Amino acid sequence: MQQVQQPINRRGFLKLSSLTSAALVLGFSAKAGQDILAAGDAATAFNLTPFIIIEKSGKITLMSPKPEMGQGTYQSVPALIAEELEVTLSDVTIQQTNGDPAYKGQVSGGSFSVRSNYLPLRKVGASAREMLVAAAAQQWNVVVTECYAENAKVYHKPTGKSLGYGDLVETAAKLPVPQSPTLKDPKHFKILGKNSPRPDIPLKVSGQAVFGIDVEVPGMVYASVAHCPVFGAKLLSYSDTEALKQKGVQKTVRFQRMLGGKNKYDAVAVIADTYWAAYQGRLALELHWDYQGNDKFNSKEYEEGLRGLAKTEGKVVHNQGDFDKSFEAAPLKLEAFYETPVVSHSPMEPMNCVAQWHGDDKVEVWVSAQGPDLVKGELSGKLGIPRENVKVNIFFNGGAFGRRLYPDFATEAATLAKAVGKPVKVVWTREDDTQLGPFRPMTFSALKAGIGADGKPVAFQHKVISPSLGATMDEKRNETGESSNMTEGISDQKYELPNMKNEYVFSPIHIPMAAWRSVTSSTLAFAHECFIDEMAVKAGKDPMAYRLETLLTKDSDCKKVLTKLKEISHWGKPLPKGWGRGVAQYEFFAGLAGYVVEVSIKKNNSVKIEKVYAVIDLGTVVNPDTVKGQIEGAMTMALTAAIKDGITFEGGQTVQTNFHNNQMVRINEIPPLEVHILAEGGTSIKGVGEPGLPPFAPALANAVFAATGKRVRRLPFDLNNLA
Amino acid sequence: MATFTLTVNNKAYTVDADPQTPLLWVLRDHIGLKGTKFGCGMSLCGACTVHFDGVAMRSCTLPLAAAVSAKSITTIEGISANIDHVVQKAWIELQVPQCGYCQSGQIMSATALLKQTPHPTDAEIDAAMQGNICRCGTYLRIKQAIHRAAELMHNGHATATAGAE
Repeated sequence: MQQVQQPINRRGFLKLSSLTSAALVLGFSAKAGQDILAAGDAATAFNLTPFIIIEKSGKITLMSPKPEMGQGTYQSVPALIAEELEVTLSDVTIQQTNGDPAYKGQVSGGSFSVRSNYLPLRKVGASAREMLVAAAAQQWNVVVTECYAENAKVYHKPTGKSLGYGDLVETAAKLPVPQSPTLKDPKHFKILGKNSPRPDIPLKVSGQAVFGIDVEVPGMVYASVAHCPVFGAKLLSYSDTEALKQKGVQKTVRFQRMLGGKNKYDAVAVIADTYWAAYQGRLALELHWDYQGNDKFNSKEYEEGLRGLAKTEGKVVHNQGDFDKSFEAAPLKLEAFYETPVVSHSPMEPMNCVAQWHGDDKVEVWVSAQGPDLVKGELSGKLGIPRENVKVNIFFNGGAFGRRLYPDFATEAATLAKAVGKPVKVVWTREDDTQLGPFRPMTFSALKAGIGADGKPVAFQHKVISPSLGATMDEKRNETGESSNMTEGISDQKYELPNMKNEYVFSPIHIPMAAWRSVTSSTLAFAHECFIDEMAVKAGKDPMAYRLETLLTKDSDCKKVLTKLKEISHWGKPLPKGWGRGVAQYEFFAGLAGYVVEVSIKKNNSVKIEKVYAVIDLGTVVNPDTVKGQIEGAMTMALTAAIKDGITFEGGQTVQTNFHNNQMVRINEIPPLEVHILAEGGTSIKGVGEPGLPPFAPALANAVFAATGKRVRRLPFDLNNLA
Repeated sequence: MATFTLTVNNKAYTVDADPQTPLLWVLRDHIGLKGTKFGCGMSLCGACTVHFDGVAMRSCTLPLAAAVSAKSITTIEGISANIDHVVQKAWIELQVPQCGYCQSGQIMSATALLKQTPHPTDAEIDAAMQGNICRCGTYLRIKQAIHRAAELMHNGHATATAGAE
C-alpha cells in the first residue's frame, strides 16, 4: 500500500497525462448532472473523472472523494469500490480527489460520506468488474458466464486459467460501460460489514502519514500571523523594526484574515526563512489596535442577555396541538432552564496551509481541509479567480471536527503568497487556534412540560435561545433562516409528545461561530434528554421505562436503540450503593445513538464514571471496528465538552489560550465503554461520525442525578465538585 | 545562527540554526523528519515527544542548544526500520489511530514507558501517558495496545528490527 498524498511530487491528475494509452479509467461522466458511467483510455482521460484507474502494469488507483480526518473514510469509502471490483485495499493506491466538480460532493461532514456513496461507488466498482470479465471472455473467446473476477484477476472457471486486470484493460476500455451492473449480494461481501484494517494506520504509526503541516514546496517561505485577539479590532499602525532584526525574517505583510462571507480581521504576517524565525519576528511586532468598543464584550453579560431573552417569545419552529392551553390545564407542571458553553474544535494539527501562485491568476494550495471543493470555492470567491484556476491538494487532516470546513487559513496562505511572490506556508500556533475561532456556539434552553395525573405528557415546549452559527459568517443568513439549524432535532425525537410548541430566540453575536462535530445537537440533546428525565421523575417513573412505555408506544429505531441499551446495560439490575445510572438518546440529521452511563459517588461531592454502554443504529455497517472507534472518540469529545473548561470571553477576547486552560480529557479520565452496533440491514443507512456525541452528556448528567439527587442543568460541570 | 551537531536516529546531522530554536522545528524544518508533530508549543500535549537518550521528552520546548547534549535522539522514524516495533505492531493490531496526528507522540511515550516498565498496570499507563492528548479519543485503544505490546515483548518478540535504540 502506498500513500499518494506526497508533497512536492504532484501526482494526481497530472499522472493521467503520463499514462500509456492502455489504461482503463472509469467514473461518472463529467457532463453536468449526468450520472451515467463512462469509460475510456488515457486519450479520453481528461473528459472523464475516474474513480478507478487500472494501468497496463496492473497498478490500480481508486479515487477517494472524502478527506480522511480520523473518521475512517480512507478505508470505508474506497472499500465500496474495492468490494465490487474484487480487489483488496492493500493492493491498490488510494488517492484523494482534488475538487473537480464532476466528483460531486467531496466534503467530509454531516456523517454523510458512506451513506451518500454506498450505492453510487459500488456501482462504479461493479461496472468495472463486469467490463473486465467481459474483456477476458472476449480475449479467451469464451462465454462471459464461465468467467469471474477475484483478487484483481479474471478466472475462467472450466480451465482455471486467469488474467490480471492489467492484461485486460486494453480490451476492456473499448467495451460499452454497463449502466446497471449487478451488485454483489451482501452475503458474498469480503470487505463491507467486516472489521477491515485501515490502510492509513501503518502510515500513522511510523510518522509517514503526510498532513498538511508536513508539506514543503521548493522556494517556500514561512509565515506566522499576528491577529488581534479582540474580535472586531482595527489595526491603527504597527512597527516591524524589531521584527525585521530577527535572523531569518524577510519582511512583514499587512493583510486581512477573511472568514466566512462577512468577517474580515486586520492582521500582520511575518515572513521568514523558517517557522521559528517567523514566529520570533511575530513576537517582536509592535501592534496598535483600535478595539472599537469590542473590548467591552464578555461572556457573563452575554449569557445574562440570553437568560433575559428566554422570557421573550421566539419564532415558532414547530407547533402541534395547543401547547398554551394544554400546559395551563395540566395537573403537573414542570419548567427548567439549561445552559451549555461555547467550545473550541482544537484539532491536534493547528491550522496551516501552503500556497503558491502560478502566474497572476492561478493558485495552488496544499492543505488539511474537510473538502477540496470547498477550498476551491472559498479561494475562488475570496481571491476573485475562476474555480478552475484553483488547484487543491488535500492531505490527511490532523483532526477537524468541523473546524476545517472553514478554510480561512488557506485564504491567508494564498493572500500572503501573492504578496511575497513566493510559495508561503502559514502555520498557526495553538494559541491562534484556541483564541481566534470560529467556535461552537452555546445554546440555552427553556423547557416546559405539562403532565397528566396518569404521568403521561400533555404539553411540551423546548425554546432555544442562542446565537446562530450561520449569521456570524454570512450577512444573508438571519434569524429566520437559522431557526431550523439552531433547533436541530428538538422537534424530531420519536417521543409521543402531544401539544408541542418549540421556539427559537435569536441573539446576535460578533464572534465567529461554526459547525462542531454533531453541530447544534451537541448542545440541544443535553437540555432535551435531561428534561425528559425530569419529566419521568415528576411522573414518578423510572427514566428508561418512562421513555419506552409512556413516550414510545409505537415501534421506531429510537425504541430499538433504547431497548438494546436496556438489555446490554442490565438496566433493571440493582447497582451498588452510591451508584446511579442514566440514559439518553438523540436522533438528528447525522443519525441515532444512545448511552447508558453508570456513576458512583466518591468523597467530597465528587463522582466517578464507572461504565458506559453505547448503542448506535446504522441499518448497514461498512466497518464495525471503525464505527466502534468513532463512538469511543465521540464519547471522549462529549466528555471534554461536558466537564472541561469551554471557551469564555473577557475584554472582547478569548480567555483560554492553550491546553492548560482549555483542557482536554486525558487517558486517565476515560471510563470503560461497551459499544453495540445495530445493523439489521434495510435501505436506510445512518451516519457514524457524529451520532455518538449528543446523547453522552445528558446520559452522564442523568446518571449523576440518579446517584446524587443533584440535577445538572449547566455545562460544563465539575465531576469533582458537584456542590 | 550557529552550527550544531546532533545525532538523530543514529545519524549525525549538522544544522545551522538559532540556538534557541526548539528541537521540534530543527527536526522538522532543518533535518526534514516530519513525523514529530507540533501541537501546542508548551509541552502540554505531547505530540512532539521524542527520546532524549532513551527518555521521553517534549521537543517543542527543548532549545537546540540544550538538545545537543543528548548522546542520541530518537524520533518516530527511528524506532524501527519496517514498522515492526512491538508498540507499532500492537497499535496496528488494535487499529489505534484515528486522525493519527498525535500518534507519533503517543508511540514515543509508550515505547519509553515499556522500556522502564515492561508490564505496566493501568495506573502506570495513566501516569506515563497523561501528557499526551488525543483529541480523537483513542485512549481506550492506546491502553489496550500498551498491554498488548507488553505481552508481545514477554512472548519473546524482539522489540524491533534495526531501531535506533
